[in-house]
Amino acid sequence: MTDVLDVDAVSRSFGDRQVLKDVSFLVTAGRMTGFVGANGAGKTTTMRIMLGVLSADSGQVTWRGTPLDRPTRQRFGYMPEERGLYPKMTVSDQVVYLGQLHGMTRADARRNTAALLDRLGLGERAGDQVEKLSLGNQQRVQVAAALVHEPEVLVLDEPFSGLDPLAVDTVLGVLRERAAAGAPVLFSSHQLELVERLCDDLVIIADGSIRASGSRSALRASYAQPRFAIQVAADAGWLRDQAGVTLVELDGPRAVFDLAPEADNQSVLHAALERGPVHSFGAVTPSLAEIFREVTR
Amino acid sequence: MSTFAAARLVAEREIKVKLRDKTFLFSTAFFLLIAVASTVLPALLDGGPTTVAAASSSPSAEALRDAGLEVRAVASDAEAERLVRDGDVEAAVVAGPRVLALEDAPGDVVQALSTAPPVQLLEPSSLDPFVEFIVPFALAFVFFMTSFAFGLQIAQSVTEEKQSRIVEILVSSVPVRALLTGKVAAMTLLAFGQIALIAVVSYVGMQIAEVDAGVVGQIGPAIAWFLPFFVLGFVMLATLWAGVGALAARQEDVGGVSTPLQMAVMIPFFAVVFLSDNATAMKVLSYLPLSSPVAMPIRLFNDEAAGWEPIASLALLTVAAVIFLAVGARIYEGSLLRTNGRTPVSIAWRSRALVD
Repeated sequence: MTDVLDVDAVSRSFGDRQVLKDVSFLVTAGRMTGFVGANGAGKTTTMRIMLGVLSADSGQVTWRGTPLDRPTRQRFGYMPEERGLYPKMTVSDQVVYLGQLHGMTRADARRNTAALLDRLGLGERAGDQVEKLSLGNQQRVQVAAALVHEPEVLVLDEPFSGLDPLAVDTVLGVLRERAAAGAPVLFSSHQLELVERLCDDLVIIADGSIRASGSRSALRASYAQPRFAIQVAADAGWLRDQAGVTLVELDGPRAVFDLAPEADNQSVLHAALERGPVHSFGAVTPSLAEIFREVTR
Repeated sequence: MSTFAAARLVAEREIKVKLRDKTFLFSTAFFLLIAVASTVLPALLDGGPTTVAAASSSPSAEALRDAGLEVRAVASDAEAERLVRDGDVEAAVVAGPRVLALEDAPGDVVQALSTAPPVQLLEPSSLDPFVEFIVPFALAFVFFMTSFAFGLQIAQSVTEEKQSRIVEILVSSVPVRALLTGKVAAMTLLAFGQIALIAVVSYVGMQIAEVDAGVVGQIGPAIAWFLPFFVLGFVMLATLWAGVGALAARQEDVGGVSTPLQMAVMIPFFAVVFLSDNATAMKVLSYLPLSSPVAMPIRLFNDEAAGWEPIASLALLTVAAVIFLAVGARIYEGSLLRTNGRTPVSIAWRSRALVD
């Protein structure tokens, strides 16, 4: 329990509206943690509090057991939800400057900037003004700005929005590298399929409170109902009359059904085989989108 | 990293950006051009002493020479008249003595040949009326333009950071105070640099134009006093400019939000220009912090202020500057991160949402 970023019982109100209610979760070093929730659920507010851009009404955030202060936060990498760069500065100057603001020497900042921009496929644009770049490329510069000082902790608000699939892979590669080097990486997204593919851990927030958190596989297991999919040769409508079966979806020979806890899936398979060939039969793991719908209901 | 180191980084960036900014370079060049024009041009346009044709034997010739006019010796009155008609000389003195000229009576020639009663000036002014008018006006104008232009740029640069949202990254890495200090320091340095450059160019211009040493001697102290007044007067408003920049959410709002500040710069300028002949008004203006940076150096230039007066006024200005700086900083800090629309001053004043 040392290298953990610990968000502990954080609450925050804007006027009468409480936007965060007792928010607690962990971001573990070396793992990619996805932070998902609908618009307005509290993701951005949480991240801004983590970075000290906003103060919490109560609760605290600790890193390696110590409450965050400015010197510690200076070693964080942050990508705000609303992208921000100086439009008229060149890509390279900008990233170098932000590196220096995080305490790097100019020489170190220059070296890291050059390497990162190459890595992100922006090497040739280093001398261009940011405003001359496409939005996707500006987004990559933003990633470079968050990473230039080799941060200990990464907090990224929607890092993948606006990126094409190729760029997603590039950025993802860089982030995984940071995670592999021992940094906790927290990133928010509303693209659930993407999060499902990328994250090791997951935090789900709705209406300002945490609805579920933990490793992706554990969450899947705990929210997995005994659900199965089957494909037979003829119409599968007979499943309706099987004991313990609740049909979820029926499309001719294909069907998805839930099974009562006491029922045995093998007896359903037997029943199917008695009626003809079975092309496929197996348990269905719930997708993140389904878990999300379930926990935020 | 210390707040000071962070502020220095911020200031370095501001200066670097400004030195590459075409608008800034152009306006500097424009000011320098005006400085050169107003010091060198009058001397160039002034064609030198009047030339007069006169018979070398005539007694007038000596009197003319004594009066500093250029005398061309001619053999006859007819030749003198021809030279005047041809435009080779501006006037001629012929037998009589009679003065010939084309259209206007040449005052200096007439004066050289007349006997005037002796005049004793009780309060002689060593300055020519043009200089007497232009120096105060130039000081007021330079202060007004510079403090207006650079102040507005502070506001715009704050709004740019706020509008482009980079401020969140900045605030998460360096203290807000460092951001503000760096910005104000950079702009003050640039504004001061621009003024110093104008002063140097004007001085060189006066040397080239061979302006009277007496005039330079009288302008010098006024300018020397103007510099500390300028720096304090500028710094006094600088954080307020940053504050209004932070109140605005978009560049389009800056003009509206900063109107009271624009007035605070503009009204003293017009007051000083229009009331410059009213000694009582100027005395009051030379102590009010908003107008003292201009009014006090003008009074010094006109030799109307006692030796202790600029020091007292500077002390008042310093006190005002400290108060204004604190107010501006508080507004800046209270509104910098409020990104949803224009922030009312009252809310900025009360909100201290930032963690430091």
